Amino acid sequence: MKDRQHAGGNTTVSRRAFLQGSGAAMAATAIATGANEAVAEAEKPSRLRSAGPQKVVLTVNGKQHTLMLEPRVTLLEALRNDLNLTGAKEVGNVSNDGADTVIIDGKPVFASTRLAIEVEGKNITTVEGLSEGKNVDEVITAFVKHDATQCGYCTPGFVVAVRAFLNKNPGANLEQIRKGLGGNICRCGTYAGVTDAAVELCKQGGA
Amino acid sequence: MKSFEFANPQSESEALELMNENPEQTVVLAGGTDLISLMQADIIRPDRVVDIKNIDSMHDVQEADGGLMVGALNTLEDVLDNSRFADYASVVQAADAVHAIQIQSSGTIAGDLCHLPNCWYYRNGYGLLALDNGTSLPEAGDGRYHAIFGNSGPAKFVSASRFAPALIAWGAKVRIIGPGPDEAEMLPLEYFYTTPRTQRQGTTVLKPGQIVSHIWLPKPGGAVSGNYDVLQLEGLDWPLASAAATLTISGGRVSEARIVMGHVAPTPWVSHDAATALLGKTITEQTAQAAGDAAVSRATPLKDNGYKVQIARAAVKRAILRAAGLCEGGL
Repeated sequence: MKDRQHAGGNTTVSRRAFLQGSGAAMAATAIATGANEAVAEAEKPSRLRSAGPQKVVLTVNGKQHTLMLEPRVTLLEALRNDLNLTGAKEVGNVSNDGADTVIIDGKPVFASTRLAIEVEGKNITTVEGLSEGKNVDEVITAFVKHDATQCGYCTPGFVVAVRAFLNKNPGANLEQIRKGLGGNICRCGTYAGVTDAAVELCKQGGA
Repeated sequence: MKSFEFANPQSESEALELMNENPEQTVVLAGGTDLISLMQADIIRPDRVVDIKNIDSMHDVQEADGGLMVGALNTLEDVLDNSRFADYASVVQAADAVHAIQIQSSGTIAGDLCHLPNCWYYRNGYGLLALDNGTSLPEAGDGRYHAIFGNSGPAKFVSASRFAPALIAWGAKVRIIGPGPDEAEMLPLEYFYTTPRTQRQGTTVLKPGQIVSHIWLPKPGGAVSGNYDVLQLEGLDWPLASAAATLTISGGRVSEARIVMGHVAPTPWVSHDAATALLGKTITEQTAQAAGDAAVSRATPLKDNGYKVQIARAAVKRAILRAAGLCEGGL
């Protein structure tokens, strides 16, 4: 994966333009020449993208990032290796442990079971997006208050999962919380702290 | 993960076109909860992945042909949230028993029907038949989660689908499209599943280049249903066994019954014995128990999984009681 590179900031290339063809070179040509035929070509939607590295634009925590990724790169790999957002965690080959939970268009998702290329154009929120300066999500505050972490490895995924759960179920009871969060595993056994935090937030109407 | 081309069709016909340039080396991606893991483990190594999530027609739920036509891409969460499923209690209960909001919001109903076995030998590269130099690993090694029915051939894994028992008990059909651009057929879900006899055969009748586009459910017509998953863990887990019952009760007695077990055989396992045991009976603890006994009377457990016979018996009993409103579902 040495050939991968990333560039932050907004892209000036339209989504359709670079969707067409096999990546940067072609898209750049279409923009640069402005030739009619290139524009006509770009209007025809291409549904097939090559296996090689290509431009993929991800919107993470409100910022657009233009990356060079192969289709096989998972969202978790792109977040951790290309965007240095290491809150979402990888747990070996076990993809259903919850430590990699992110929110995509409002839905909780295991980032290791999504390809980065699948989620172009969607709004991705990672645990890093839940605190900006002094603006800290109440889920994080509640985790601190209820001592809901031990080694901390599962914690970012748990925080994101609780945030997604509360958004949909602001008045849930303990049983519903335990059921909804069953996809998040904690080896240290901090479940009591996590559910205490979630129950308190539900009593406040989901915060 | 091996590299692959990525296709993003916007319609069923476009999907079939993209599937059928090299169908043997192409796979369909929906929620990804199963496929991405299998690709990461190099169990499935496609040259092309066709992501069908952006095909609008496969997200619909519509009344059709005297029933409900459910787009393949409806997620477990959609099933839980959409009131059109309310009359199919067993289907809703199957979705509810998947204890993770992440799987509920990503996993699709057809993805579940096509979910590959969780057999640990399959997941570690020994193929569906789990053979090592001709030795059946589930028989010689650890087969505690393997089949107690339909296991006389080389396949010992259990069908992984959470929805299939409930849907089969309702008489659901699947709409299969492809491989040709205009080809489509409706197949009873019961006949969708196959037990492989060689390493090259799969778990369903789907041929390369075909996709399940919809699932059709008949009108409930006053029938009641229940689904019961016996889970080992409180969190996200696969059932040790499950059962679904769809019953028509008239004048306090069962006039029609369909009982299907899950996670006990290489395919969902329809029990005519259990259904017959219920006919003409009033549902009570005793008659449900008798149906459970009948359901497992012909079980053929392996050396490690005799305990699953009792689990399957209990699942059948509770699914029946749940259908009749006599059991809430907790263990």
